[in-house]
Amino acid sequence: MARSLVERTLASVTHTLEQTLFAEDIARQPGVLQSLDPRVKLVSVLALLLAVSFARNLWVIAGLYLLVLSLAWVSRVPLGFFVRHVWVALPFFTGLVALPVLFNVVTPGAPVLTLWSNPLIAITAQGLRAAAFLILRVGTSVSLAILLVLVTPWNTLLRALSVLRVPSVFLLILGMTYRYIYLLLKTASDMFEARQSRVVGRLQPAAQRHLVTNTMGVLMSKSYGLSQDVYLAMLSRGYRGRPRTLDRFTMQPRDWLWGAAALSVAVVALWLGRG
Amino acid sequence: MLLSLLPLPTTMSVGANMHIPDGYFGPLFSIALWIIALPWLGLATRQLSRQLNQRMVPLVALFAAFSFVIMMFNVPLIGGTTGHAIGASIAAIVIGPAGAAVAVAIALLIQALFFGDGGILAYGANILLMALIMPYTAAFIYRALGGNTLISDRRRLVASFAAGWASLSLIAGLAGIMFGLQPILFHAADGTPLYAPFPLQVAVPAMLIPHMLVASVIEGLVTAGILAYLQRGNPELLEVSLKPGVASRLESARLRPLWIGLAALVVLSPVGLLAAGTAWGEWAAEEIADVVGYTPQGLAATQTWSAPLPDYAVHGLNANLGYIVSAGLGIGLTLVVIWVIASLLARRSAAQKS
Repeated sequence: MARSLVERTLASVTHTLEQTLFAEDIARQPGVLQSLDPRVKLVSVLALLLAVSFARNLWVIAGLYLLVLSLAWVSRVPLGFFVRHVWVALPFFTGLVALPVLFNVVTPGAPVLTLWSNPLIAITAQGLRAAAFLILRVGTSVSLAILLVLVTPWNTLLRALSVLRVPSVFLLILGMTYRYIYLLLKTASDMFEARQSRVVGRLQPAAQRHLVTNTMGVLMSKSYGLSQDVYLAMLSRGYRGRPRTLDRFTMQPRDWLWGAAALSVAVVALWLGRG
Repeated sequence: MLLSLLPLPTTMSVGANMHIPDGYFGPLFSIALWIIALPWLGLATRQLSRQLNQRMVPLVALFAAFSFVIMMFNVPLIGGTTGHAIGASIAAIVIGPAGAAVAVAIALLIQALFFGDGGILAYGANILLMALIMPYTAAFIYRALGGNTLISDRRRLVASFAAGWASLSLIAGLAGIMFGLQPILFHAADGTPLYAPFPLQVAVPAMLIPHMLVASVIEGLVTAGILAYLQRGNPELLEVSLKPGVASRLESARLRPLWIGLAALVVLSPVGLLAAGTAWGEWAAEEIADVVGYTPQGLAATQTWSAPLPDYAVHGLNANLGYIVSAGLGIGLTLVVIWVIASLLARRSAAQKS
């Protein structure tokens, strides 16, 4: 029951749309992290990511992962979804990649489990630890990044980037891009659906490829045309090359408190993990 | 990412999903790549805003959205194998490398921040490979091979396929080198690799070969397929990138023989592995002692500096591969230095003119 290519593309487009809608839903829940200033969340996540990245001790990374899980829990992120989303989607492949690392062929070291003695094929202690480092580090880093976006509405997170001195013109482009991704996804999805409704049987790979690249070509032409229209619309509304935003974030005492706590955890983790 | 290391069942989607997650690179390595990528991206942005003024914002936003969306399309290859394209090469051909660089960088930032696809600390590495090296290489190859032919010329199809295939293969190889450097640079006292664990002689072929055979072919087919569509359906769009840069195109045409010569030298450089002995005049102190019978005092006094890659060898590597890696790094560094000097000179002469 191999699905056609068009159906698969349609499914992945729909999946992306659903995924972000779900994320926005969580970001509106009255959880702990949702109530914090987005800049505090962004800087804290960066500090914790650095701590995960620098750690030379597996227990420190594991501890940071538990911290991420408990933060997700107090922020009403469904834990089953959160864990599955992170570990199944991305590091599943990391896990497969890490498999050959276990063996002495790739990672020489002290054999723990000998599978074959001549020539020697064994799982080494170094290999086990290397695989554990890779999987834990990737999983924890991805969890941190996903948690940030789950508890922060995207436009708020976008504006929080200004705290990292991202130029305002980039923020403007980022916001527009995010908006137009949905429009283009919708357009692409409509084009595939229109085509799908006219297809009987299966297309040969060459014909499928033709279909896909032509769709991309149309989409590119539309993008370019649309960019001209958007430019005129911006001009007519008084755009002069200098983006302006309305909102000002204000730091509450609890924001400072949470920020300080996150930074201290990161510093302690850096110190413990230096080994 | 690294997906291409897997054995490929025929119905699996493989891909140019090169997005490097956090955890594969040591933090200092990631920071170093940020330091290389950000000024380059800044220069591209400045060049773009000089060309387009206020038009830049909507153009880049729409092309960033476009690159994001086409990265999700399944492209069929053969026997049920499908994959994803990055699309940086077709964007570079249509709106020029600077526009493609900023657009792809924005698309990658949205993927890293909002979809957890590609790391946040590794964002520097991801933009360096996919948003900078890839579109600039693709645009260069397309212009060099496409020449001054008409927009509708079939030669441009070949040029665009080559641009997509070669630019993705190049960054796959570079990513392989970056992965392979990790166990050399970062390991625990007992030899446990702390980040990406594969040594260079595994990582480079594991990234390079499947990409050259599958993902880069998809990138090439997508680039040529979109170009073919635009040649029929919207030829004006293919002239967009040519308009502002006519003068620079003439200049690069004059330099083309030099680039071709340089490329030939690069390709020939592994011949150095076959040659015996040392290049004339590049004797080390010991070799001089062998030939002349003693070490001149002045020479002995100069032997205090030790190069980061002595004898072009990378520690922990098989000698030939180390030689090739050193050659690649050397060429890259030289080009970067020349490019920086050239752009400084160009800026000065532009300032004098105005």
